[in-house]
Amino acid sequence: MSMPGERGGSKEESMYTVTLTKGVPDFSEGVVSFDDDGHLERGKTPTVMNPNDGFALRAALQTKVRHGGTTALMSMGPPGYGDILREGMESVYADELFLLSDREMAAADTWATAITLATGINRIAETREQPDLLFAGFKTADGETGHTGPQTCWCLDWPILTHVIALDIDEKERTVRAKRLVEGDIEEIETVEAPMPAMIVTDPEFEPTYRKAAHRLTYKDLREETKERAEAHEDHLTTWDHEDLNLDPDFIGLDGSPTIVSGVDPIPKAPSEREATMVQPDDSEAMEGVLDELLSHAGARAAAGGD
Amino acid sequence: MATSTNAQDKTENAPAEALDRGEAADVGGGSDEYEQYEAVVVGCGPGGAAAAATLARNGVETLVLERGTDAGSKNVSGGLIYAEESAPYTIDDLFPDFRKEAAERPITEYYLHNVAGNKVKTFDITELHEHDTEWSDAVLRRKMDSWLAERVHEMTRETGGGLLTEVRVNGLLRENGEIVGVTCDELDPIRADLIVGADGVNSELARDAGLMDWENPEDWFQGVKAVVDLPDVDERFGLESNEGAAHLFSGDLFDDVRGGGFLYTNEESLSIGTVFHLDSLAAERAEPHELLDALLTHPFLGEWLDGEYHEREYSAKLVPDSKKVALREPHQGRLALVGDAGGQMQAQGPIIKGMNHAVTAGALAAEAFVEARSRGDASLAGERYAKRLRDEGVMKKLRPRRYDAASALGERGPVSNLTDKLVNSRVGRTGISALSRANGLERLYSSPFLSMMVPDTATPYVTLPTAIAEELGEPVEGTNDVAPPPLAERIGDLTYDTDIGNPHIELLDESAEASGIAVTACPVSARDFGGGCYREEVVKTNGGEERLVSLDTQPCVECGTCAVVADTRWEHPRGGKGVEFREG
Repeated sequence: MSMPGERGGSKEESMYTVTLTKGVPDFSEGVVSFDDDGHLERGKTPTVMNPNDGFALRAALQTKVRHGGTTALMSMGPPGYGDILREGMESVYADELFLLSDREMAAADTWATAITLATGINRIAETREQPDLLFAGFKTADGETGHTGPQTCWCLDWPILTHVIALDIDEKERTVRAKRLVEGDIEEIETVEAPMPAMIVTDPEFEPTYRKAAHRLTYKDLREETKERAEAHEDHLTTWDHEDLNLDPDFIGLDGSPTIVSGVDPIPKAPSEREATMVQPDDSEAMEGVLDELLSHAGARAAAGGD
Repeated sequence: MATSTNAQDKTENAPAEALDRGEAADVGGGSDEYEQYEAVVVGCGPGGAAAAATLARNGVETLVLERGTDAGSKNVSGGLIYAEESAPYTIDDLFPDFRKEAAERPITEYYLHNVAGNKVKTFDITELHEHDTEWSDAVLRRKMDSWLAERVHEMTRETGGGLLTEVRVNGLLRENGEIVGVTCDELDPIRADLIVGADGVNSELARDAGLMDWENPEDWFQGVKAVVDLPDVDERFGLESNEGAAHLFSGDLFDDVRGGGFLYTNEESLSIGTVFHLDSLAAERAEPHELLDALLTHPFLGEWLDGEYHEREYSAKLVPDSKKVALREPHQGRLALVGDAGGQMQAQGPIIKGMNHAVTAGALAAEAFVEARSRGDASLAGERYAKRLRDEGVMKKLRPRRYDAASALGERGPVSNLTDKLVNSRVGRTGISALSRANGLERLYSSPFLSMMVPDTATPYVTLPTAIAEELGEPVEGTNDVAPPPLAERIGDLTYDTDIGNPHIELLDESAEASGIAVTACPVSARDFGGGCYREEVVKTNGGEERLVSLDTQPCVECGTCAVVADTRWEHPRGGKGVEFREG
């Protein structure tokens, strides 16, 4: 794949990557809470890191382990998302956390979110270092659109590689090489290359590989170093509001969103095909009934087989 | 009788297998150069740890590769580590806090019990135990080895290396026929100037180098062990918290199988086990777990085990008999073998010493490399290592010449029968009683000189102890109501991470003639037991019947017994897979 992209020029510093992550309701069994109408009860359902972001984070970690440099995580959301970023710091040993948080940013659709995130990335380039790679998972568990990442990349005007399952970077040539699933299909894999900076959207099939002892030792070091850092994660957290990012409130948040969610209809549960009667084991009368019911079937079977 | 896979084949087939296992292959385009370390140490038991620590202290860039999910998770020992006064290195020389942090109890009293039926004659052999002993502690290997591994990682990391777990080294990397490094399941090949093979009794490096094999059952012991919960060790054994006891058992409680039992006190548990000559175990078609149960349920142990019996862990291990297999030149090219991998397990009469020799050997191999390198020719490290083993007297302990002489006579059938007859004759029996009156028997048993030349026949293990107990023993009062768990439960309580679809042992000949002994000799298999590794089945063929053996490696404890007694292709599971010992 060759897409026009902004050449970073001959960058002397080490790799700088940013991974986008989002807090989503924990939809796992036994944790998620729905009301009687089947609507998600946001207050009763805990917020966790979007599961698909884990693959993006692992790709970022592989990059850091193999090439060193700095791993940053970025999220847009309420101040409570700091916990999500801490989780990311613990799991991928990230160095820097960025939270874009402001009432003006609330209720943004993918478009307004992408503008905000892209502005955040540019702000990192201005104040820290030019990012080389931007990682994202392929969709969120709540929105399910898969649009925010690509739209952010469009705002940045970088090349984008999607459905990536394996990754290799040539620092000298300033290129990233990836194996990707064509059309998201496991049966068809192609190898593509793009100049950096570039965006990588990981597929759930993404597997980091560490075939060098040196990489595994670095990994082990990072795990040790990060224990302390994650405890003091707020020292590594930078929060930017719309003024820090110099963003016009009319172009972000609800006001900047060309799309709205008009309503959410829960998908009704498939009706049970069989009727069930609940019987308590200590209810002897009802248990007798169960036996009678079973025996009548056994009798029919025995009669059929007996002749 | 087992063969290992050619490492070259495995490396070539690796990508396809990796994909099968769900590991996406790399994108490629990275450097094709192999990684290079000055030293690679394979295995982080006491031998590997000693080598790595010594290399690191001398500034050698050292990478340590351990296949367990944690060091110690693959290791089992009876449970006593010695620090010998005559040894150039002991474990606490190399790891100063070892006794405080990694050991259980010091062994301050040592007894040998001769058993005939319920008659027992006890000898105090503390003197033999203390001969040349600076100290000796009971240990549990998971705790011990994982503690060592943490120190080793800290030390080696400073040299630019470090310790990695869950990496299985599967063979030697060769260039133009010369050993230049190692190949692994999980990593690309690695080059090194020194390769320390501390990968245990079933060392894949020793076998790849052609230095060890699995041919003769006579070369091996097999041990099985139960770690038993006992919170009040002090009271039951009349010990202070800084004291410990060791007890050995021999005589007729294991029928005619040559070997014995042991019991060591840990802090709040006991290590109780049995060790037998593998050839005897095979010849008698004995079931190792039943022999262990014979010890656990003997009335003599009733007093100690009275009450609720809880087994923390059942384990097994093959033990090399250094008298026969310790390599006089445990090296080849850049490879140096230490510990069990080089057959360095000394059975000194009743007392077994292995870990201490592994520690000494590891340190000496490391030193030999450092010296050779400083003289400008690292390739001389192996020869220097073997010389140091001789100069420091280690080889003399491992392969005593007196044994060579005694075994030449003593293990021949006619002579052995003669000694048995003598012990059982009236003259012999009178002699036993007479010697005993003069305290001569106990002294005889406590002679380190004699214990090193005892021939491996039934005489010292069965005939003599039985005769001693019959002539001199007192009947045991009291009972033992311990009901050891059945084999299925013992296996069920072990922790496994099974490598589904990748069995690490392949049965090459499934006929009962070639591999049937594994059904009984394997410590996690038994006759008429469907839940073990090896099962025997009768298959009806055209008009006839055939007895065949089938294999399921899921319950495998990786002891290696079947590699010797059956026709297999045997290798360890890949890193982190297979059994995980919690006590060890």
